[in-house]
Amino acid sequence: MKILVFVKQVPDTDDVALDPKTGNLKREGVQSMLNPNDANAVECALQLKEKFGGTVCAISMGPPQASRTLKTVLGMGCDEAYLLSDRAFGGADTLATSYTLSKAAEKIGDYDLLLCGRLATDGDTAQTGPALAAWLGLPQITLASSLAVEDGWVICDRKLGDMRQRVKAKLPAVVTVTGDLNKPRYATAMGLMKAGKKPFFTWDAAAMEADTSKTGMPGSPSSTKGVFEPEKRTTDTKYLSGEMVDIVKELVDSLEAEHLL
Amino acid sequence: MAKEDYKGIWVFAEQEHGVIEPTVFELLGKAQDLQAHNKEEIVAVLMGNDVDALAPELIARGANKVIVVNDPALAEYSARPYQAALTQLVEKYKPSILLYGATPLGRDLAPRLMITLDTGLTADAIDLGYDEDDVFYQTTPAYGGKILAHIVILEKRPQMATVHCKMFAPLEADPARTGEIVKETVQVEADPDYQVVEFVPDENVEVNIAASDVIVAGGRGIKSEDDLKKLQELADLFGGQVGVSRPLVDNGWMPHSRQIGQSGVTVTPRLMLNLAVSGSVQYTLGMQKAGCIVAVNTSADAPIFDFAHYGIVGDYKQFVPALIEELKNRKA
Repeated sequence: MKILVFVKQVPDTDDVALDPKTGNLKREGVQSMLNPNDANAVECALQLKEKFGGTVCAISMGPPQASRTLKTVLGMGCDEAYLLSDRAFGGADTLATSYTLSKAAEKIGDYDLLLCGRLATDGDTAQTGPALAAWLGLPQITLASSLAVEDGWVICDRKLGDMRQRVKAKLPAVVTVTGDLNKPRYATAMGLMKAGKKPFFTWDAAAMEADTSKTGMPGSPSSTKGVFEPEKRTTDTKYLSGEMVDIVKELVDSLEAEHLL
Repeated sequence: MAKEDYKGIWVFAEQEHGVIEPTVFELLGKAQDLQAHNKEEIVAVLMGNDVDALAPELIARGANKVIVVNDPALAEYSARPYQAALTQLVEKYKPSILLYGATPLGRDLAPRLMITLDTGLTADAIDLGYDEDDVFYQTTPAYGGKILAHIVILEKRPQMATVHCKMFAPLEADPARTGEIVKETVQVEADPDYQVVEFVPDENVEVNIAASDVIVAGGRGIKSEDDLKKLQELADLFGGQVGVSRPLVDNGWMPHSRQIGQSGVTVTPRLMLNLAVSGSVQYTLGMQKAGCIVAVNTSADAPIFDFAHYGIVGDYKQFVPALIEELKNRKA
């Protein structure tokens, strides 16, 4: 089986700053990490490889520093890494991002299964996975909380409120996974040592024969026009202070008075 | 074709098994505001098989026109046939705006339309409107939810967005409202490579926190899984449930079904305790309609205090055992 797993480096904090000129994220000085749901996708790919054999290729679009995230997933056990990095990819919305990822998938080729996290914590769009499937003309399963491969089909459960849906898609297919799928392994010291010897490719637009009118800002129909502070809600807050034993007494008294207990 | 020639405010009238998703009515309600500005027709697009009976309610809820497509290939939702059908309709009628509920189905389908229509799609908008430059914008929380952003789609049409559920009030159904029902056909085939095997009540659903009267919620500041167990003990004393903000789901301590917020569950309990929750927009969108809100945080300027009826600037590690003790004493 050849599995492509798409990963993103995201800020490891909510305290991020914006470039006031472009409205884009300032990446300097912000600690980064592997997007949590993408770690679930990597774990899923590695488990499938352990069961069926094959190759797990990790793909990330980002600045050169995103190679750190790819090193991490190589350390977890992925076989090959592809960093899609080019100034022409900057400022991409999900249309341009998914196009760029699809060009990498086409160039790698011969894939059976493409895995993505449900969403990335920095953008929260959940659009890249299904958009990637559309570029490649593939069926998709979003929000997978379980995943099995049988007889050329991928079978997943999706939790939808109080309901559970089981769906199957014929390979090749794109699946986006939730955090409920598994507990991702950590990259071990031994794994990270081996990671240095694994194939690592850095591709720009030309390497993938990507049309740069479809990547980055030129390929992005949507843009941020302005950012602003949320309107402050002004709830009358009663602050309780003093010794904790007294605070909780006062709180419980108040809740009882409001018939909330 | 110039972008000015695209006309119409379209709402994708999501239905499954003959039931219209309630967010559709909220979008038809909000579409009235947009129409007051741009004077364009409000169109609900209803796809399925044998769904004609659902059209009148869409008019009663504010659509000027309903486009109905019946096809056996659309009987049950499947991404590729729905993508093909909706693409054909948009290419024929050329609306300026196309809105979807940010439901699992809407978020599965809409990104595929972004590709076939070569246009923009804003994810999970919490507001829509026209700005001072007469540009249609979609509001989304950005960068962890400390700020909001106006997203715009300047050149491509239709301008598309998935819209967060329960942000707008639906119109009351008024059977006196009139509108046109147009039947359309599309060239579409069932997808042989995608099957729904079953769709059943979730026997393993851990808990539906949306139905809970009392919620004890823990945030990023919760230090350990053992501390989460203390929160559960507290919730049990209140007869409530534990919820969490996203970091505690991302680190695997709690399932997604317990996540409160824009990308999780929206809750409206009578009483809600927020412990070591900072209160990002992403989170507060999921709980701001709770009845009585209590916040405990070591940081006095945490945004959660803007929502709190009772605020305690302090450490949950002291607060939780003290409150457990107090509640036990009173029960004894």
